[in-house]
Amino acid sequence: MENFFKEKADEYKKLLAEYIEFQDEKALYGVELVSKAFIKHNILPEEIVNIHIKALKELYPDLFASFEHSLDFLLEAMISYGLAHQEIQNLREQQIALKSEISVAAQMQKTLLKTKKPDIAGLDIGVISVPANQMNGDYYSFLQNLDGTIGIAMADVIGKGVPAALCMSMIKYSLDSLPKESTPPPVILGNLNRVVERNTESNMFITMMYGEYNPETGKLVYSFAGHEPGYYYCADEDRFTEFSTAGLVLGVSEDVEYEQAEIEIAKNDMIVLMTDGVTECRDGDRFIEIDEVFDVIRQYLHLSAQDMVQEVYRYFERLQDFQLQDDFSLLILRKTV
Amino acid sequence: MNPQSCVHIHKEWDIVGARQLGREMAKEIGFSTVDQARIATAISELARNIYLYADQGKISYEIIYNNSRTGLCLIAEDEGPGISDISQVMEDGFTTSGGLGAGLPGVKRLMDEFEAYSEIGKGTTIKTVKWLR
Repeated sequence: MENFFKEKADEYKKLLAEYIEFQDEKALYGVELVSKAFIKHNILPEEIVNIHIKALKELYPDLFASFEHSLDFLLEAMISYGLAHQEIQNLREQQIALKSEISVAAQMQKTLLKTKKPDIAGLDIGVISVPANQMNGDYYSFLQNLDGTIGIAMADVIGKGVPAALCMSMIKYSLDSLPKESTPPPVILGNLNRVVERNTESNMFITMMYGEYNPETGKLVYSFAGHEPGYYYCADEDRFTEFSTAGLVLGVSEDVEYEQAEIEIAKNDMIVLMTDGVTECRDGDRFIEIDEVFDVIRQYLHLSAQDMVQEVYRYFERLQDFQLQDDFSLLILRKTV
Repeated sequence: MNPQSCVHIHKEWDIVGARQLGREMAKEIGFSTVDQARIATAISELARNIYLYADQGKISYEIIYNNSRTGLCLIAEDEGPGISDISQVMEDGFTTSGGLGAGLPGVKRLMDEFEAYSEIGKGTTIKTVKWLR
């Protein structure tokens, strides 16, 4: 360091002498390189001013006293800049550390919230969930009940990022603690509502959809808590129909009764569930219309459900210039027999 | 320790006096121009903190020796409201965001050693040392 400093100070002096004599661009380019080397080694502005003063004194021993004082004055003025520079440097390092910490947390969240897609004959399931930032505030889960029915949960914490992600673990563990028996969706939502209401700040809300699908009958029994509606695709008519039930988002009030409804799907029909990250995709200043989602799904009907959701995601990712505004989750369930 | 000199801080002008004395002592010991400027700035920050938050206090100066090293030790003392969370004020970005200056992290950077003691309602003492290189 000591050597580096002396070497660069000498170089600075040489370039300064050259410039004072010839005012050439080569010397200016030279000082640009020296300056970059200083930055790289965290040399502070006041030290550079000091190098300048020393070099000048050596080159011109008879320098005017008043001129010399003016340079001391400049040095003094640089001290606070030097401090600000160090502070920013430190904050930058902290930010890098923080980013890597969040990325570890995001990885951990992925592992924690992992759910296994059920592998059932006659049923083709595709699901994708991509966070806008590193941590995901959307959640989906599959529960396989002993009677052969499948629980499907999709939830979205209002908000995103770390607080949303932390909150989501709660839903996951509550769902995990359910008995492996078929339970009416309104009962499940009612339970989760109480858990969320008791355990979160009053400004934390979760929208959720819970449904139970019976692979034998093709019947889906469902209940919504303020969540984005689901869509039923009828293959015969090539038509999407919205389905939902009225219900307050989780976490607002302790006692909420949720409603239940059901639909029955036939061969090649689909159930499409999503979070508002899909419907609130933006193309420039324009929010997309739900029909646009349907049109994209139709383009990929020939693919498997998993490829379908992936292609839909890719389409909207491109539309938004690869910068998601919100966590994006899409689930498609197709009856194949 | 037995402080050799001391400046009382009551009004903003006293900050100038505190800087002046510190710079003179630093020069006498043989600190470089850059380090003299750094010590003066550190004193400025300490004195401003007293003036802004504690109303009054003092800064003491002492030339200290450790093995073969010589250093300048500054002690800033006040009987102001105290700092409830020293770790927080030592964090970068905490005091500077409001344009209040380099704050205590700045003092720590300008000097070589830094210690802070504070008690709510009783006051704050900051001891900091710069060693001659």
